[in-house]
Amino acid sequence: MIVAQRKSIPELQDIIKGHKNILVLGCGTCVTVCLAGGEREVSIISSALRIASKKTGEPIKVSELTIERQCDNVFIETAADEIKKYDAVLSLGCGAGVQAIAERYQDKPVYAGLDTAFLGILESRGVWTEKCAQCGACVLADFGGICPVTRCAKHMLNGPCGGSRVDRCEISPNQPCAWQLIYKRLKDIDETDKLKKIYPAKDWSKSLDGGSRTIIREDHRI
Amino acid sequence: MNDNTFEPKILAFCCHFCAYASADLAGSMRLQYPSGIRIIRTPCTGRLEVEYYMRAIENGADGVLIAGCLEGGCHYIEGNLFARKRVTATRNMLEECGIDKERLRMVNVSAAGAVNLVQAILDMVDTIKQLGPNQVNPKAVTDSLKQGPESPAACCLQQEAEIE
Repeated sequence: MIVAQRKSIPELQDIIKGHKNILVLGCGTCVTVCLAGGEREVSIISSALRIASKKTGEPIKVSELTIERQCDNVFIETAADEIKKYDAVLSLGCGAGVQAIAERYQDKPVYAGLDTAFLGILESRGVWTEKCAQCGACVLADFGGICPVTRCAKHMLNGPCGGSRVDRCEISPNQPCAWQLIYKRLKDIDETDKLKKIYPAKDWSKSLDGGSRTIIREDHRI
Repeated sequence: MNDNTFEPKILAFCCHFCAYASADLAGSMRLQYPSGIRIIRTPCTGRLEVEYYMRAIENGADGVLIAGCLEGGCHYIEGNLFARKRVTATRNMLEECGIDKERLRMVNVSAAGAVNLVQAILDMVDTIKQLGPNQVNPKAVTDSLKQGPESPAACCLQQEAEIE
């Protein structure tokens, strides 16, 4: 899922400065699961903005709405009537959600209330970790399901850098060495032969190179 | 505002098994605490959401006191520990909003801790009296307005009227 975290209240105040009637729009999908932009967070952040605005002597009207998914037209349409009533929208969706709303309501300022961080998983309660860099050419099949592109600080594809200490990464001692994990995993599943394969320099043309990416499935187009 | 006339309104969320029992005991023991304390009984402090604290401050409470069981003595094992973390996070958020974080406080008392609970309440009242009324409170705004049109609260009230 997409993992995000909220901006600070002063940052948000600065973003919505000049507007008197704001809709804080939450998203019921990824950002709800990562506790950053769901219905509960919409309620908390709206309340904080109202408190902060009254405190600074410039009270603003802050309303709340959460839709099922901000990156999907079907759900965005359900918010159309509400969005029209406000000067601006503070979206607590991920970067995709914010842009989806902004594209569909071109006369309405739409601001991002979250910092979208990464594609990751819930490691344990309250801890999310990055697992995928969305490089566009997945190599997980060769590395026992552990991604060296994302989890190795140096994105090494042909073995460890040699700088790790015991099983810790030399760049970030809080992180395990991805190559230590890969070797252990391949050994456990008896696939260490895969390590003999030499990877050429990674082709980043399938990643963000050349601008944003589009996938077209003709079999699904109308 | 003069400390002699300002009686803080403090919302006290008390857990059923310890703090509320303490408040009950305080009554039986004839212990006195200011009348501005409004006690709300909750099954466990772990049940309390961050929104409750934010809404209380937003709607004009001068302070919010969370009173749970002693750490290690929670009827629901660790509800009070979760509450402590949420209170800490909310205190930080209140600071971001420009509200003194001492307006939200958590204490732990046992079911027999009537004296401790009353002391915690009195400490909270003292702190809030020093901080003054919650400026988010519409009534505090009105009170300040009486003191002069140049006050920040008067400005706040005027702008609110403009929006409406």
